[in-house]
Amino acid sequence: MKKEEVPQDKSNLASANIREMMYAVDENGKYTTSLSTGWDPKTIALDNAIKEIEERIALAKERVANNQTSPIEYYMELHKMDLTVLASYVGLWKWRVKRHFKPSVFKKLSDKTLQKYADVFDISINQLKTFNGGES
Amino acid sequence: MAENLKIDFTHNQAAHCENGVVSNLMRHNGFEISEPMVFGIGSGLLFSYLPFLKVNYAPVFTYRSMPGFIFNKFAKRTGIKMKREKFTNPELAKKRLDQNLANNNPVGLQVGVYNLIYFPDEYRFHFNAHNMVVYGKEGDRYLISDPVMEDVTSLSSKELEKVRFAKGAFAPKGHMYYPTAFPEKLELKTAIVKGIKQTSRDMTAPVPIVGVKAMKWVAKNIRKWPNKLGTKKANHYLGQIVRMQEEIGTGGGGFRYIYGAFLQEASEVLENDKLMELSKEMTSIGDAWRDFAVDASRIYKNRNAESNGYEDVATQLEALAAREESFFKALKKSV
Repeated sequence: MKKEEVPQDKSNLASANIREMMYAVDENGKYTTSLSTGWDPKTIALDNAIKEIEERIALAKERVANNQTSPIEYYMELHKMDLTVLASYVGLWKWRVKRHFKPSVFKKLSDKTLQKYADVFDISINQLKTFNGGES
Repeated sequence: MAENLKIDFTHNQAAHCENGVVSNLMRHNGFEISEPMVFGIGSGLLFSYLPFLKVNYAPVFTYRSMPGFIFNKFAKRTGIKMKREKFTNPELAKKRLDQNLANNNPVGLQVGVYNLIYFPDEYRFHFNAHNMVVYGKEGDRYLISDPVMEDVTSLSSKELEKVRFAKGAFAPKGHMYYPTAFPEKLELKTAIVKGIKQTSRDMTAPVPIVGVKAMKWVAKNIRKWPNKLGTKKANHYLGQIVRMQEEIGTGGGGFRYIYGAFLQEASEVLENDKLMELSKEMTSIGDAWRDFAVDASRIYKNRNAESNGYEDVATQLEALAAREESFFKALKKSV
């Protein structure tokens, strides 16, 4: 890539005032560095990934409202986590976390266990318990 | 320790975090070592496919070696002694960090990106292989030199603890590292040769999950994805390939260009013209990776892609594998 080809596309990096450094060759074929504001192929991939997460969050919300899953799954999606990541944060086996997705099991969870989840999600136990799939 | 403590540390932006941390720490200790030099000597370039390990609901593709690997190899090959510490107790991790700062010693940290508040939201995923330098403390705020940022920044002790103890794959566990002893003169020449030999060997290794073999395997899988997984998931996986190629701070075939810059610098140090030629070829390979990303993005841009798009990018990836195979064979013989 030549220095003048370093992409200067619009991206989400601008929101945090970040420009990325890239290596490219100058007119004499010598490597140098240049700053880039973003590159479309990457931005599109990222946007798609974000959309996907938003869909997952919306679906989890709906499932909480329909009493098909517990608020834990919703907050897991909200924090871009999967089962492995969440289990590792709360320090429980994956199968136990998965069990806590069941509304009937969730209702019987001790405050101690709920607190673990609340801490990870940075909310209160009460917020966790009362989330019903409406506006949070 | 004093409440305000600022080590005289020069922040240089880098394309990739781990190289940048090592290069900046080396410069701080009086050795002018560029980012590409760290990357090349530390054998940072790689391709790896880990279909059994899922991150963000897609398999892991990586274009560089494991976190920590680059500094380890770099230190070993240049004769530097380094110290690494991991912690289970955040209190202790903080105490050890404070002790180092009090001793005027800036340190490298491995951190998770999800709670890194100065990154744009869209970039904050559960990715735990980011690196930064801490070079001081003002009140409750730690002074941070994050190599992918243009300028220095800071984090509160709570914010720093969160990213040091992020969980999930490659959890950093408070991982802190820094050089402790240096040889009188760095043995750059032998270190460069060792770095090149290993990268050439790894890239052409007869193992399905690394190097050109892994690229061929991915290509084969890409062809199957649309039928096997459906368009939506196939696009998500393809997007993951590009996102990993373009991991923050490595834009556009990123790692290949850093390697090209390394070969150019190495050619001067070793007075080896062949390496200059190979640097040009690496640049051209980097361009081909960019073309691959552009074509892949065309597929996942419109979400109802036809499957011959997948065929095309798979063919491109195979061509890249063939090019890199002959490249690394030639590279191996050139030093």
